[in-house]
Amino acid sequence: MADNDIIEAPSYEDTISLLKAKFGDKLVFRTSTKKNNRAINQKRRIFLSTDRETIYPLCEYLHGKLNYEQATSVCGVDWVDHLQVVYHITNYFTAVMVEIEVDVPNDDPHIASVTPIWGGANWHERETYELFGIIFDGHPKLERLLTPQSYEFYPFRKSYKLRGQE
Amino acid sequence: MPYNSILNWIVFTDPMQNGYYPYSVYNLPYDIGLKLWELLGGLIAWLINLLVPGNCVSTWLVCDQVANVFAIILMVVVIFAVGFIINLTMIWEERKVLGRMMDRRATKIGPLGYFQCLADGLKTFMKENIAPKKADKKIYWWALALVIGVSVLVACMVPLSGRWFIADYGTGLLIIFGLFALAPFLILCAGWAQNNKYSLIGGLRAAELMISYEIPMLLLLTGVILMTGSFNINDIVNAQYENTWYIIPQFLGFIVFLICAIAESERVPFDLSEAEAELVEGWQTEYAGMKWGLIMLGDYFRGYVACALVVIMYLGGWMLPYFGSTPVPELVFIAKVFLVFFIFVWARAALPRVRTDQILNIGWKILMPLAVVNLAIVIALRMGGVF
Amino acid sequence: MTEKMNADKMWVTMGPQHPFSHGLWTLRVKVDGEIVVDAEPEVGYLHRGWEKECEQRTYAKIIPMADRLCYSASMTWSHLYCKAAEEALDIEVPERAQYMRVIADEICRIQSHLMWLAAVGTDLGNLTVFLWALREREFFLDLNVRLCGQRLTTNYPRIGGVRSDMPYYFERDCMRAVEHFEKTLWEIIGLTDESSIFVSRMKGIGYITRKDVANLGITGPAMRGCGVDYDVRRDDPYDAYDQLTFEVPVLKEGDTYSRYMVRIEELFQSCELIRQAMKKLESIPKTAPYRVKVPRCVPAGTTCAKIEDPRGESIMYLVSDGSERPYRLKVRSPVFVNVSASKNMVVGNRIADIPAIMAMIDMCLGETDR
Repeated sequence: MADNDIIEAPSYEDTISLLKAKFGDKLVFRTSTKKNNRAINQKRRIFLSTDRETIYPLCEYLHGKLNYEQATSVCGVDWVDHLQVVYHITNYFTAVMVEIEVDVPNDDPHIASVTPIWGGANWHERETYELFGIIFDGHPKLERLLTPQSYEFYPFRKSYKLRGQE
Repeated sequence: MPYNSILNWIVFTDPMQNGYYPYSVYNLPYDIGLKLWELLGGLIAWLINLLVPGNCVSTWLVCDQVANVFAIILMVVVIFAVGFIINLTMIWEERKVLGRMMDRRATKIGPLGYFQCLADGLKTFMKENIAPKKADKKIYWWALALVIGVSVLVACMVPLSGRWFIADYGTGLLIIFGLFALAPFLILCAGWAQNNKYSLIGGLRAAELMISYEIPMLLLLTGVILMTGSFNINDIVNAQYENTWYIIPQFLGFIVFLICAIAESERVPFDLSEAEAELVEGWQTEYAGMKWGLIMLGDYFRGYVACALVVIMYLGGWMLPYFGSTPVPELVFIAKVFLVFFIFVWARAALPRVRTDQILNIGWKILMPLAVVNLAIVIALRMGGVF
Repeated sequence: MTEKMNADKMWVTMGPQHPFSHGLWTLRVKVDGEIVVDAEPEVGYLHRGWEKECEQRTYAKIIPMADRLCYSASMTWSHLYCKAAEEALDIEVPERAQYMRVIADEICRIQSHLMWLAAVGTDLGNLTVFLWALREREFFLDLNVRLCGQRLTTNYPRIGGVRSDMPYYFERDCMRAVEHFEKTLWEIIGLTDESSIFVSRMKGIGYITRKDVANLGITGPAMRGCGVDYDVRRDDPYDAYDQLTFEVPVLKEGDTYSRYMVRIEELFQSCELIRQAMKKLESIPKTAPYRVKVPRCVPAGTTCAKIEDPRGESIMYLVSDGSERPYRLKVRSPVFVNVSASKNMVVGNRIADIPAIMAMIDMCLGETDR
């Protein structure tokens, strides 16, 4: 099996073993303790976290070799001491969804953009940029999407308080 | 008696005895106009004569020449009023029939919903008259006035019967077609003058649509004229009474003409130029308020002319097959026009809009060859001696 | 030189107030005569900061907010939110509630697709389809009223089950509506599918390749019309969907007509699903619980819940921190991604095709902008 053969429908175990083989300890796998969740019990969810440098090669591998065709969502979370970007990637043939968490420091919120790999992440990344201030390097058009162009703050950070909050 | 009786002044005369009567046959609107003037003018003349007995203004008011002039003016007003009422009734018919086909009841104001059109007209009349700042003022107003004016002119030139006409001209059908065909050019000007991209696109579309659908219409017109041997509308109707209604030998032509008439009136399925879903209102985007109301009336006038042409050319005009001429042939004609308009409304209820290039395809590649085939059938019938 | 070459292309702005756009958004297209060479959708007129507002409210109070994400698919959005909260709490919903949710979801799907069909009629110029589709929709809105008292923003699912059990005679009403609808849908199809003008306006335009569809993240009937065989109800089943058998319509052509056909077939399949679910409900005793009590605070952790919305695949990603309010609730809306891909669908077609293409995406601004 040559290294650039696409596996069309890699199963849950195959995916985990191939990812471990390729990236080693850069990826940290989590197992879920939920008992009543049908998707987790039937092995359709993989939970990972990784760091900023490996996210782009990881996504290239997922898309190119393991045939994870759809970037379902890219979102941001504001843990007050650092930011986090969460990716959800799905495979249409096995219905397995991979959830990847990447930590991004507050003072240097740069991360590689996965838009060149999946076009579907384009607007998700724009939205995360305008709401959290995370800058995606390599994005074709990183501008504000939902909020007016004149806004200079990032609304969804915890430091921005709504009226009625303290 | 120092005062004359009013009956000296209000004298109802026979129009054909008037020395200046402009026509050669009896003309009903002229008669109505003349009688109206004799009533009005006689009343005014009698009143003036009461104040200043024996003056010359009163006799001048009721003399033959002046009566003729005023009769012509009032005749035109009568023809326009009747055309206007027919138009309103057509709008009412469209709304009611369309409503029932869509499983709803439309227009409930007035008896059977007839007054809704008046209510709408009043509402449009009350709107503010605005014009875009950067529009080309002269062409903006002139193109609008000419579009409406030409539509109304064509609608009034259609005769309702042998005695209801403005001019009994030898080239009847040709003049109507000519005026009908003037509209695309004016719509193009209007669309360009509004300084709006949507209007420009709409005007271009309307112009190309109408131009490509006039050619099959003219070919079919040639077929009817060949079968009759004259352009005169009276002759066409009489010929259909003597032989058969032309729908029977020229059934293909009837169908093609029906489709072309729907296209020329810019109705769905061919209303690309005012496709609401795509271009807001097309070439009428910047005409708001009463201007739009008048444009809509103008559109319905042209729809009326299209239906009237169908009736004249294929359905026997104002004559019925066995009875011939009825006491009120105008009502027969109007009833037939409403029947054809019902088919127009039915097409609107059932069919979606056709795309521009598909419309042009249909016009050039399907309808024109069929019109030529129809012409060939007419020529064969004529030379074979059947007609 | 380039200015001269571009002098005859102009940018036309369709929207924000435009008769065809169902909602407030702009599509700027660059046209060369009649052909579109570039397109740029602009959304965000309706951004309400929904996700940030959710962080201020307790878990139970977010259910009505989730309804208002998309008014015509409100049942599925609140269902999705309740599913996310239940997975975070790690509880199992009782069986009766699962079937009730399936039935409510399918009624919502039928009603949303009928609204879409009405919009397709208006966009293509036939108003009769609009009125007939809305007439049929009234039956399903009446079912909604019987079930939960509201026509559109239903507020029916609860965390742990549903709000109330079936009212009396609900099964009879549901079956009546479904049987009546299966007959009258053929009348509406007679106006659309059997009309060659309609078909010729939908065939061959808005073409997307299968690879692009998967890459751009388009989901739902738009994706299934391009050959991707994926439906969350069948492949990643939730609630009672794994007990029911139904077909997922997939077509390969990839143009507007196949997306239209997929939705029409889904209408028939939804009727079938409602029938099966009603039958299976008969075997569950009427006194079975339809709701379980849930604790007020959700344990810390992350959850991701998926559902098949009438418009595509929706996801809610919930980050909880052990308190009674969510820490972060992210909504992935299918229309958001479908609209971002509209450039690929629209370029190369005529300006007159744009309403037809955009109608097949079934825009709903509430969930796009949130």
